[in-house]
Amino acid sequence: MVRLADMAPEAADHLRHLDCAGYTTTPWTTAPPLSEARIAIVSTAALQRRDDPPFAVGEAGYRVIAADDAPGDLVMSHISTNFDRTGFEQDLNVVFPLDRLKELAAAGEIAGVANHHYAFMGSTPPQAMAPAARELAGLMRADGVNTVFLVPV
Amino acid sequence: MGGLAHVFEDEGLATTQVSLVREHSVEIRPPRALWVPFDLGRPLGTPDDAAFQTRVLRAALALLAAPSGPVLEDFPDQAPDAAPAEGWACPIPLPPPTPPGDATEAALLAEIERLLPWHAVAQRDRQRSTARLSGRAPADCARLLAEVLREPEGAPSADELRFACTDLKAFYMEAATARPGQQRASARQVADWFWGETSAGQVLMALRAPLMESSDKAMRLFAGRLLVPLAQYHRLSQAGG
Repeated sequence: MVRLADMAPEAADHLRHLDCAGYTTTPWTTAPPLSEARIAIVSTAALQRRDDPPFAVGEAGYRVIAADDAPGDLVMSHISTNFDRTGFEQDLNVVFPLDRLKELAAAGEIAGVANHHYAFMGSTPPQAMAPAARELAGLMRADGVNTVFLVPV
Repeated sequence: MGGLAHVFEDEGLATTQVSLVREHSVEIRPPRALWVPFDLGRPLGTPDDAAFQTRVLRAALALLAAPSGPVLEDFPDQAPDAAPAEGWACPIPLPPPTPPGDATEAALLAEIERLLPWHAVAQRDRQRSTARLSGRAPADCARLLAEVLREPEGAPSADELRFACTDLKAFYMEAATARPGQQRASARQVADWFWGETSAGQVLMALRAPLMESSDKAMRLFAGRLLVPLAQYHRLSQAGG
């Protein structure tokens, strides 16, 4: 796993037919050296704090996860049933590696970890998420972030 | 995921990412992506293995040094627990699943009662549970699903039902993976156990057909696409779903 050829045929067909078209170029921002990188995680696992409103079908918004939120406060309201949740259930870092990132910061490998991190729901088409993502970019820059680690689910 | 990378880079933020479906990253052309051969749902590979997770993280961050892109690299190793664990079983063997019907509620409540001590172990060891998105206890989720099976037209909203299903699955799977010292089950093993060996799995599959007849469009979408994993569709005919 996971190449489409190795998946159950129904699941592979579903992924094969998702619309990924329309990307003919690749924007590029030169990254800082890792020792100067202040990093935020952006997940598409539909993570949320327990008291946040759950993600709805087709929702293009995001939820905010503070760097000091307790792991027990985070749940997942992704609409898809076609991915494993048992890894997340056993260890948040399988989906949202905040502890690993903090360890790299403590070791001096990266400059720091953002105060806030963000979650979208990956079932929503990326074009629909773009306005919220542009808004987030400004918020992340205000948080001193210069590098984003994107984590799908 | 790669679509978000396009936006952030365009806004002047450097990005790197994990890619779970290589074919999508080839199409979307994000600036920097590390394809990993892991199960969907496990982008960092394996739970409770900080060293392996850090390897994946470092490999993704290393792509930031590339002078130009798009960069799509392959992570070389499978996750340590990708292969099925030999002899894995749920901590407490459950009775054979009860076919959906009049005995459904009692069967679900009996399963929950047997799993409760192991869910408590999981919650104690992990200091968390991902269940209770719906605000309902597992037994209340079970009663709701049994009631909807009896009277599909009386179902609550599609979202309420979705959260109850999510919670019941989380409860079962957290309990099933709790036994200390047990070899870690693969993602597929736990899914096959839930959908193939529990009355709860039978009920969820049995709900699909009647709810697809609902007059509520959201409920039809939920039942048709969001209730049973595609990888478990081969069981639907057996369960009447």
